[in-house]
Amino acid sequence: MSTETQAVEAEVKEREPLFSKKNRKLISNPLDADNPITVQVLGVCSALAVTVKLIPTLYMCISVLFVLICSNVAISLLRNVIPGRIRIIVQLLVVASLVAVVDQVLQAYAYDVSKQLSVFVGLIITNCIIMGRLEAFALANKPGPAFLDGLGNGLGYAVILIPVAFFRELFGSGSLFGFNIFGENYPGNGVMMSPVGACIVLGLLIWFQRSRNGYTEEA
Amino acid sequence: MSKLNKNSSGYIFGFALLVILVCGVLLSVVSGALAEKQYEERELERKKFILKAALGDEIAAVEKTEIAVMYEQRVKESVVNSKGETVDGIAANAVKLKNEYKKLEKNGSVKAGQSINLPVYMVMNADGSEVEYYVVPTYGFGLWDNIWGYVALQKDLNTINGVVLDHKGETPGLGARITEEKVQNRYRSGKTIFEGDKLVSVTMKKGEGNDYSSDPHAVDGMSGATLTADGVNAMMSSYMNLYLSFINAKKS
Repeated sequence: MSTETQAVEAEVKEREPLFSKKNRKLISNPLDADNPITVQVLGVCSALAVTVKLIPTLYMCISVLFVLICSNVAISLLRNVIPGRIRIIVQLLVVASLVAVVDQVLQAYAYDVSKQLSVFVGLIITNCIIMGRLEAFALANKPGPAFLDGLGNGLGYAVILIPVAFFRELFGSGSLFGFNIFGENYPGNGVMMSPVGACIVLGLLIWFQRSRNGYTEEA
Repeated sequence: MSKLNKNSSGYIFGFALLVILVCGVLLSVVSGALAEKQYEERELERKKFILKAALGDEIAAVEKTEIAVMYEQRVKESVVNSKGETVDGIAANAVKLKNEYKKLEKNGSVKAGQSINLPVYMVMNADGSEVEYYVVPTYGFGLWDNIWGYVALQKDLNTINGVVLDHKGETPGLGARITEEKVQNRYRSGKTIFEGDKLVSVTMKKGEGNDYSSDPHAVDGMSGATLTADGVNAMMSSYMNLYLSFINAKKS
């Protein structure tokens, strides 16, 4: 009995703890130095499209987070059995199924938001962040780190989208989370309402971030 | 597992089949489990739109859970055809507006040999003794995709009491503004659809910020969304024409 416990303990010690320094980086890196949107410039289309109001943006971020984590873990679990020749199709299938589930759940429990997000929920399938993480990380790593990587990148996505939506809703419609901030007479700002405004806000965010941490694009 | 040749066609086909099967089962289970709730949400929205078109701001304060109760108490449903005759055997909420819309020609008339089902929702006054508003659904095409809405007529069947508009894919911030209260309220200032005996409908004009209070058949437009407004106008006019026989029958 005692030898058995020792054996188990030894095995636990050999395994890398889930929140080791290396693994913590999987979460912290995508938030800043390796942000999927501002540094890798992936998933920009949805950052421009769904950031008109904060509430739909929040739902979008949660949806992407869910799809990213689940698909990362699923592909990581399958990484040793997926035939190399059809791996992209398998990834797509997994992602598409998860997105369809998210879409169905939103339609049932957040009907108004699902109407506002409309086609952009379905377009999560084509979000480059998700396929990018599956190819670059999940296929080569264990489920634990893959989970953290999904979490980190999902949060990295949210940490950009929410500020963009904050400024767009504030200046575009003079409200935050639907509550009026600038009063009834605020005429609204058409540029902020359109994707052009999102592009400008996103550009400013990228500028701010890069000037702060000194990141430059390699030629 | 390791002994299997992962690059053999047999393995690839088998693997693909397995993944498809798992995903397919997952999706059908989720879809089946949520179908009822989704239907409830759609029904709730329909009821809310009908009540909102008729009663306006009163509805904004009503809790989500009370909408269904209020609808039950105040609204009577019926289905008519374009000749104004009552159609029996079909419930108003079973009429698929999108399918009915396909029975129309480009100019808004019913295609030859087709019969269109048109729901009518009668919102009764508080004690339920007489009809206060007639709410009729409308369906059309905006700039990018389908648009639809409900028009509430007062009991004279001439004055518009209010409208609710919705869309599938109009441009956010431009055409999508038809869902805004501010735009819909432009129809709430006693606009009328008849000029004498002639049906003229109500038209949303080009440009924004103009005063149309002296014109009973025009409302202020949406800047940058004239094509969506044109779609709304076409939808309004074609459906008012479809309901014309019903309206005339009720009036006489």
